[in-house]
Amino acid sequence: MLLALIVLLPLAGYLLLTFAGKYFPRSSGGLLASLLVAISFLLSMGAFFMTRQHGMFVTGPFSWIDTAEFRASFSLQADSLTLVMSVMITGVSALIHFYSIGYMKEDPLINRFFSYMNLFVFFMLLLVMADNYLLLFAGWEGVGLCSYLLIGFWFKNPEYAKAADKAFIINRIGDLGFLLAIATLYITFGTLKFADIQTQLQSGIGVNQMTLITLLLFTGAVGKSAQIPLFTWLPDAMAGPTPVSALIHAATMVTAGIYLVIRSRALFMLSPLSMHVVSAIGIITALFAASIALRQFDIKKILAYSTISQLGLMFFALGLGAFDASLFHLLTHAFFKALLFLCAGSVIHGLHGQQDIRFMGHLKEKTPVTFITMLIGALAISGIPPFSGFFSKDGILAAAQQASPLLWILGLGVSLLTSFYMFRLIYLVFYGQYRGETGSWDPIHESPRIMTTPLIILAILSVISGLINVPGLFGGGEWLGNYTGLVQVMREGDHLTEWILMIITLLAVSGMILLARNRFTGKDIPEVSATTTKPIGRLLTGKYYVDEIYQAVITNPLARISDTLYSFVELKIVDALVEGVGATVSYLSRIFRFLQSGSVSFYLFFMVVGIILVLVLNLFM
Amino acid sequence: MINYQSTLQAVPLNWYILVSLTLFCIGAIGIIYRRNSIVIIMCIELMINSVNLLLAAFSAYNGNADGQIFVFFIMVVAAAEVTVGLALIVVMYRNINSTDISLFNNLKW
Repeated sequence: MLLALIVLLPLAGYLLLTFAGKYFPRSSGGLLASLLVAISFLLSMGAFFMTRQHGMFVTGPFSWIDTAEFRASFSLQADSLTLVMSVMITGVSALIHFYSIGYMKEDPLINRFFSYMNLFVFFMLLLVMADNYLLLFAGWEGVGLCSYLLIGFWFKNPEYAKAADKAFIINRIGDLGFLLAIATLYITFGTLKFADIQTQLQSGIGVNQMTLITLLLFTGAVGKSAQIPLFTWLPDAMAGPTPVSALIHAATMVTAGIYLVIRSRALFMLSPLSMHVVSAIGIITALFAASIALRQFDIKKILAYSTISQLGLMFFALGLGAFDASLFHLLTHAFFKALLFLCAGSVIHGLHGQQDIRFMGHLKEKTPVTFITMLIGALAISGIPPFSGFFSKDGILAAAQQASPLLWILGLGVSLLTSFYMFRLIYLVFYGQYRGETGSWDPIHESPRIMTTPLIILAILSVISGLINVPGLFGGGEWLGNYTGLVQVMREGDHLTEWILMIITLLAVSGMILLARNRFTGKDIPEVSATTTKPIGRLLTGKYYVDEIYQAVITNPLARISDTLYSFVELKIVDALVEGVGATVSYLSRIFRFLQSGSVSFYLFFMVVGIILVLVLNLFM
Repeated sequence: MINYQSTLQAVPLNWYILVSLTLFCIGAIGIIYRRNSIVIIMCIELMINSVNLLLAAFSAYNGNADGQIFVFFIMVVAAAEVTVGLALIVVMYRNINSTDISLFNNLKW
């Protein structure tokens, strides 16, 4: 009952705003949506605290699809993993909803915006509370739909509408993998319920079968969580309003892939190959996206690539078996990345739509709250103690170091790149001199209270959320890992090495921050004034030309094949056939229509002749 | 009580066949050559009744009543058909004041 209420409140908001939206004054629709999500959050918190006595929450099962061949029930369950996720989802969503009241104030379609946002929260909760893969898939598709609707929220701009299409289509590729995985799971186990699959695993399933299933599942995760090779939609998804980027494309929806892998961890653990693939794709994506972020100029694109990179880091940890570290990073990342996006939104709001950091600078004077909160976010993502990112990233690096020193170095590389591009952003936006057009400085303003309050709350969370999983190194109890039961390996290790490596990491990260400071606070910033001619710089600015390569290798050949099929098969064969039949009939009818003379006796005569012919033929044959 | 079967069988079967064939041909030729639609309907009735006669004769010769039952059905259907046909002719007559079939030739190519 409690679960149903948590899930249904946002749905109620969606229905109310969609079907009765015109009866709400513009200012109250957003408030209603926000309050519903906030209540949902409080209920999630309640469930979270009750779970100790109550055990796992289950609602249902209600019969959903019930045929002789196939059976799937509609039922919600909330174990510790789900509760952690849903508290995070509803909490961050509520904050972002409140923020959006300020951010979207001027928009004529504000009620529609909030109805989509509520629908998204509903589907996201459905996704994490599903007790079987099919229902999870329903939520999975639902969040994809909302992502599409919200990316293209300002659909009158054809660029934005195209970005929405792109996100939707690329996600379909991954979703196909997920769908095939569900089919394979059903063939293998005869059920899609997590618990039933779990019990059947004991009986032993072939490794190859497991590898197939997990790789297909991972394909779905790759699409949703924007990993190589399906990551190109996420930067374009920044076309949506900034709260959408914060909620869907940073904190919640894109982490669904991580959640899926954690949920299916029992399957993944059985296939070493899949685990290797997951961590390899993860770390490659992390490095790749972080390097692109080094030379972007759109404030939201930098954050988008940063998100891709951090998600890569989470997959990296998953592949190493450090599910707890990955979930921990997922949660802290949700807080600080949502914070960073909302700060970016606040900056954009203050600058009246300017997104290019080349035309910013010195904003710390005008927007102090945004500046401080964004700095906290940047420190958290860079992994400076005692901010949350430090603990969560440390967990991932520790797992990497246990697997192999080389992996640790790669992880360190990601951290360094992260801190460099984040502080490049901070210094270019808030320090130095203002580089916008003359006359645009004075109207810059700090955002209203309704927007800055969520920033402050998220900033506090970014600072303290590290405490939920303090590693044993600092005398912590790894609460999150134990609570969710995700701790797979007790990390013994000797503490001296860990300390040394951690200090190395910290020193290197601080070095990167200083480097960024030197480069981007002077009067003359080379990157800003001139486009670079260095090949590597151009490669990074061009995002490794991945979009262009996809265009050339996949989209264009497809378009050319379609063109050929159209001009040859469609026009020359199909059309010719159909039109040929028509032309033949009309040619023949030109002759035979004269048989229809209109004279009844003529018809009767032929009728009698015909009958006689039939009789005669019958006699002789 | 008169024995119908033996009475009927007093005439050889060939005569029945010959009569009904003649009637049938008269009907068919009438349909082709006559112009008046009422006569055409009468010709149709003639053809139907020639068949009825044949059925009754065969039935009597075989000592089997099935053919005669058929005849009753055919008569009922023929009555219905004539009703429809005559109704059509009435409508035709109201339109052009004639029942000449050759005047109804507007529906062509």
